[in-house]
Amino acid sequence: MSFLQVQGLAKRYGDAAIFDRVDFAIEQGEFVCVIGHSGCGKTTILNILAGLDVASAGVVVMDGREVCGPSLERGVVFQGHALMPWLSVMSNVAFGVRSRWPQWNRLQVQLHCQKYIDMVGLTGAEHKKPAQLSGGMKQRVGIARAFAIQPKMLLLDEPFGALDALTRGNIQDELVRICAATRQTVFMITHDVDEALLLADRILLMSTGPGARIAETVGNPLSKPRMRQEIHHDPRYYKVRNHLVDFLVNRSKTYQLEEYRHEARRRRRV
Amino acid sequence: MRQQLLAGVISVLLLGLAIGVWHLATLPKSGAATVDSEYAKLVGAQAAAGSKSAFPTPVDLGRKLLDHLREPFYDRGPNDKGIGVQLAYSIARVLLGFGLAALVAIPVGFLIGMSPLLYRALDPFIQVLKPISPLAWMPLALFTLKDSNVSAVFVIFVCSIWPMLINTVFGVASVRRDWLNVARTLEVSPVRKALAVILPAAAPTIMTGMRISIGIAWLVIVAAEMLVGGTGIGYFVWNEWNNLSIANILSGILAIGLIGMALDLLFSRLQKAVTYAE
Ligand SMILES: Nc1ncnc2c1ncn2[C@@H]1O[C@H](COP(=O)(O)OP(=O)(O)OP(=O)(O)O)[C@@H](O)[C@H]1O
Ligand SMILES: [Mg+2]
Repeated sequence: MSFLQVQGLAKRYGDAAIFDRVDFAIEQGEFVCVIGHSGCGKTTILNILAGLDVASAGVVVMDGREVCGPSLERGVVFQGHALMPWLSVMSNVAFGVRSRWPQWNRLQVQLHCQKYIDMVGLTGAEHKKPAQLSGGMKQRVGIARAFAIQPKMLLLDEPFGALDALTRGNIQDELVRICAATRQTVFMITHDVDEALLLADRILLMSTGPGARIAETVGNPLSKPRMRQEIHHDPRYYKVRNHLVDFLVNRSKTYQLEEYRHEARRRRRV
Repeated sequence: MRQQLLAGVISVLLLGLAIGVWHLATLPKSGAATVDSEYAKLVGAQAAAGSKSAFPTPVDLGRKLLDHLREPFYDRGPNDKGIGVQLAYSIARVLLGFGLAALVAIPVGFLIGMSPLLYRALDPFIQVLKPISPLAWMPLALFTLKDSNVSAVFVIFVCSIWPMLINTVFGVASVRRDWLNVARTLEVSPVRKALAVILPAAAPTIMTGMRISIGIAWLVIVAAEMLVGGTGIGYFVWNEWNNLSIANILSGILAIGLIGMALDLLFSRLQKAVTYAE
């Protein structure tokens, strides 16, 4: 049995099905990326995995237990960084750490937080308020906050969307390193095909809604460790990349139609 | 910086102009004017005859203000207390009524803001009670509480509760979903969520409500004290009307304005202290 299992997941608002019959599984230590067009329901799926939203149908089982509410076992990096503007960087990170280890004293909390603030390259900005940070720095605080509680699973909603190429590269490298070191299980949403190929072991491609599905699952053929500077020298890189881009440009829209024809044909045969 | 200086100069000039016009208008007129006998009886023969206006000149007022400043806290019986004593009574009533209102409005507002059910259930009551002039409660308060002092405090309580309650409800109900979701994923206890997330998030809105409330309370206390009498700056002004001391009335009005400004300034400071930049 997989570490995370999603079966028959659907979300409807009234009659409109955002997505429908979504099935996938994630193994312990696996890094899975989801790619799909804006509005197809990626954030909604992530919120359901986090326990923040409830599905209209289907179940999510993590580590043998059904997900039925938010938990410290799943760390979330939100699409809008969701920092508390009245708290400093340190306090924002410490906010989660205190919930996770309530028995820790101030020094322990501070040392632990400092480690993660250093990790995302914000050393020296501990006492700044979010309003004094750039968009990318805010996003990094969000990342530090989620990592610092050492969850069993990380849920990342376009965590690098607001970052410049250089910072993004640095944090991606950092993420690769941490995930390799801790065998962290990650579910991440991205719009960036190259990012997915760098980070993910497996890439889920979502078709465009309404009634979106996981249309394809693409295993990453590039072997680990993957280096940002090197992966595009791999002859397989452009093949997968073209496959993914082609999905986004063409197949994501026609998928629904194809699926419908298949279904109709199948029914005729019966 | 330059604009600030210019604004200051204009303010001083305007004040000077106002005092100048006032001075000219209250200059003693020569020659007997036709005098209405009723009016003469009311303001005194000398004033009515026109040798001196009943309305004080700026200098009269200045002298009066100096008297008040020299001895603000004297107390010579029920109808003769220093302006400082009267102001202290009013401020004490306002702070007491306002403080009690805050103790009720903020926790109750928290509950209503967090529970849509409670919001729906209580909204009609709030909508009906809110527009009632606080002074309309005065007779009822005097009848049930049987004490003019307590009644005045009660009226302040009633008038300051609504802006605080409504702003607290609004502030608590409109805390960003994201922040609540963060608290949920971090399994924060309800008490910690209320104190560490909702309270700081809603604090600027709550503070705005408190600032509006203290302003209204200071407006209402003057009227309330004119009604209940005895002590307070409202009573002072009313009493000086009976004594026909326009200079004292003006001193009272000026004091009311200055204290009102000070209260507003205090709360604007507090508001700034809890406001966060996003
Ligand atoms: N309360 C709601 N009522 C009706 N429809 C909703 C509601 N909330 C979200 N939706 C719809 O659900 C769909 C999925 O939204 P979601 O935020 O999951 O998209 P997404 O795939 O994360 O998009 P993006 O890539 O732009 O972040 C959207 O089409 C949106 O219009
Ligand atoms: Mg999204």
